[in-house]
Amino acid sequence: MTVQPSSPDSALIHARGLTKLFGDFVAVDGIDFDVAVGESFGFLGPNGAGKTSTMRMIGCVSPITDGTLQVLGHDPRTDGPMIRGRIGVVPQQDTLDTELTVRENLLIYGRYFGLSRAECGRRADELLEFAQLTERAGDQVEPLSGGMKRRLTIARALINEPDLLLLDEPTTGLDPQARHLLWDRLYRLKQRGVTLVLTTHYMDEAEQLCDRLVVMDKAKIVAEGSPRQLIAQYATKEVTELRFPVGVQETLNGQLDGLAERIELLPDRVLLYADDGEAAVAAAHARGLQPETVLVRRSSLEDVFLRLTGRSLVE
Amino acid sequence: MTASPLPLSGLFTLGSRRARHLVERNILVYRHGWIVILSGFFEPLFYLGSIGFGLGALIGTVNGPGGQPISYQLFVAPALLASAAMNGAVMEGTFNFFFKLRYSKTFESILSTPLSPGDVAVGELIWALIRGGIYAIAFTIVMAVLGLIVSPWVILAVPAALLIGFAFGAIAMAATSFMRTWQDFDLIQLVILPLFLFSGTFYPLDAYPESIRFVIQLTPLYQGVDLLRSLVVGHLDWSLLFHVAYLVIMGIIGLTIVARRLDKLLLK
Amino acid sequence: MTLMTRVVELRAMQYRRTFRASIFSSFLNPVLFLLAMGVGLGTYVDQSGTATQALGGLSYLQFLAPGLLAATAMQAAAFESTFPIIGGLSWQKTFHAMYATPVSARDIVVGNLAWIAIRLTSIAAIFTIVMALFGAAASPLILLAIPAAVLTGMAFATPIMAFTATQRTMEKFNAVFRFGITPLFLFSGTFFPISNLPDAIEPVAWLSPLWHGVELSRRLALGTIGEDPVQALVHVAILVAIVAVGTWFAYRTVESRLVLG
Repeated sequence: MTVQPSSPDSALIHARGLTKLFGDFVAVDGIDFDVAVGESFGFLGPNGAGKTSTMRMIGCVSPITDGTLQVLGHDPRTDGPMIRGRIGVVPQQDTLDTELTVRENLLIYGRYFGLSRAECGRRADELLEFAQLTERAGDQVEPLSGGMKRRLTIARALINEPDLLLLDEPTTGLDPQARHLLWDRLYRLKQRGVTLVLTTHYMDEAEQLCDRLVVMDKAKIVAEGSPRQLIAQYATKEVTELRFPVGVQETLNGQLDGLAERIELLPDRVLLYADDGEAAVAAAHARGLQPETVLVRRSSLEDVFLRLTGRSLVE
Repeated sequence: MTASPLPLSGLFTLGSRRARHLVERNILVYRHGWIVILSGFFEPLFYLGSIGFGLGALIGTVNGPGGQPISYQLFVAPALLASAAMNGAVMEGTFNFFFKLRYSKTFESILSTPLSPGDVAVGELIWALIRGGIYAIAFTIVMAVLGLIVSPWVILAVPAALLIGFAFGAIAMAATSFMRTWQDFDLIQLVILPLFLFSGTFYPLDAYPESIRFVIQLTPLYQGVDLLRSLVVGHLDWSLLFHVAYLVIMGIIGLTIVARRLDKLLLK
Repeated sequence: MTLMTRVVELRAMQYRRTFRASIFSSFLNPVLFLLAMGVGLGTYVDQSGTATQALGGLSYLQFLAPGLLAATAMQAAAFESTFPIIGGLSWQKTFHAMYATPVSARDIVVGNLAWIAIRLTSIAAIFTIVMALFGAAASPLILLAIPAAVLTGMAFATPIMAFTATQRTMEKFNAVFRFGITPLFLFSGTFFPISNLPDAIEPVAWLSPLWHGVELSRRLALGTIGEDPVQALVHVAILVAIVAVGTWFAYRTVESRLVLG
């Protein structure tokens, strides 16, 4: 008798030992995770960590190499078209149909899901409203701004009223204003109960949108939890950033020891991890150190990542 | 129980009814770019006017299928229809298909929906055939207007043109699935232009020595040219079945290769 | 003005990468046409009495070859003044990059036209050698058919370049080729004398720059140019006028495009 692997009914996605190889290259190295209904789940990690490969396997457009993957309770290997029919995908790069207008993009996409023309039209108008693109309905796609294209892509991914929305780097390359507008739209979806799975290398995005996340590095999951839990576990409450004149940082050998719980030397600055930042600054000054600039801030997922991998998230 | 739609094509698990949505997409696109569609229709007409009538007036009659002399216009018109069917299908199956495959993100976004790579291939081929069919009908009507209809068998010219489009379209897509850069398309041109010029399109094969004639009789466009010309002048014999079989097999081989290659190319 | 040689240099560097494609379009293509139409179909044309009369006793190959020379120059010029130009202005934006240096809009236009003229010269020269090998050269004056073909090509390159600079996508190029270049190729006296056209249409062919180029290079190749020197001068004058006006327009549109960014 074989033992059935646990497959909780509540899990929309269930992965055990999920692996993806491209020839000899290991893109995803035996990762385990579950995503529950109504949850907003994130993959945080630098470029090349394996986030997109994982997303493509969940989206049933990339065959898994090894391990178990169940999406919406089905196996992508056998039920790909059926699963794809119930999820929405926002890929990393816009894949809008540049030969069609804004509204036509939504209409024809709905048709791919087998929806009737009338239904496509009704949903397209609704989604244009949601994406704040009603005025641009008849326009070609190409002249739209980056933020508008992103919103249209999200609207397109919602045309089949998916049970699960996959977003790969939803705000990469957008200006701050466009990002906030997009976050607002995604937050509304979350409140409506849509399950979101997203990848990002922006810690602020992960903190804003994710109930729970996994940190990926070099094809593996290195930590898991809510943003708050991860920060509490892997960083101090506050961080002090010290920037020294060029050439000085290299001469500081030993002078920083004991100033904080943990010290990170980055190429351009020194990070002091201590719950009380101001106290750390005072201690540094007491030792006669003269940093050019001093910044005390709250810890973020960036610090978590630095702690876990010894590297910065955004290089 | 969820019923997953069965593939329509009996021969392969290639393509389902969803393929028609891709055709729908292309119709939507070409509502904006109808001039491209129109231009494909005019090209054979220009050749008919220039070579068929302008130059044809200097030639008079040549030997048609079965050796009976026919007017040069009647000789060249069906061959131009066959070439147009080949050209249209090859353009759609190479340049347009390659662009969608490698550059445009169209296919990528479509594969996130229930459509499969097989649906994509079949949908694109059906679309190429619809276009080819429209051209063939229009060209046949023009032939009628110009008094180039001499046999009732001309009614089969349109399905024959579609068969040529199917064979060349499928093989072109198969070849395109192996292409890496635009530069590789020179090779396609290197095949298509000699076929267009030397397949008995503009003059009877008697012009060639026996050995070359034999080689040409084995090339794909010759099958289409001779098939269409024989139908248009109403000269039917068993060799036409060979032409049909040749083109059908060519199309099936092409589709089989496309089916194998597309999964590999698109589902990484 | 010397900076325009830098533009030619750039184009020559780019050319090395697309060398194979251009061998096909500029050499093999016309040779195959010459073989199929001139030699293959020519056999049937030469058998007919009507043809001998209409072509003034020439073999069809002799009639066709110089026409194809001019038509080939037209096709190559049309290609060279569309895709590489929109490439430099819209896709890779190499011309914008040059414009940010001391290279002026005039250098860019003249440099590109000079490059096209160089390309056309080499294409026409090779084609002329092939004509001679086919036995289609009747007079040493055929050497002058080379500059005549280049002039014909430039009469297309200059206005088409002016048009290209106004475009941001290649959408309309298809129409230029299908409804401009192809009908001109087929109806400008290349394949049959325009006197064979319906009487109402014949004067329209006089408007075709290609017809002037075809007539010019045909008379040079056959050595009959001296029979009507005035007509020959009219052909040259018309082509030169088109090149002059085309160059002026190309300068205007390319410059405003470079300024717009």
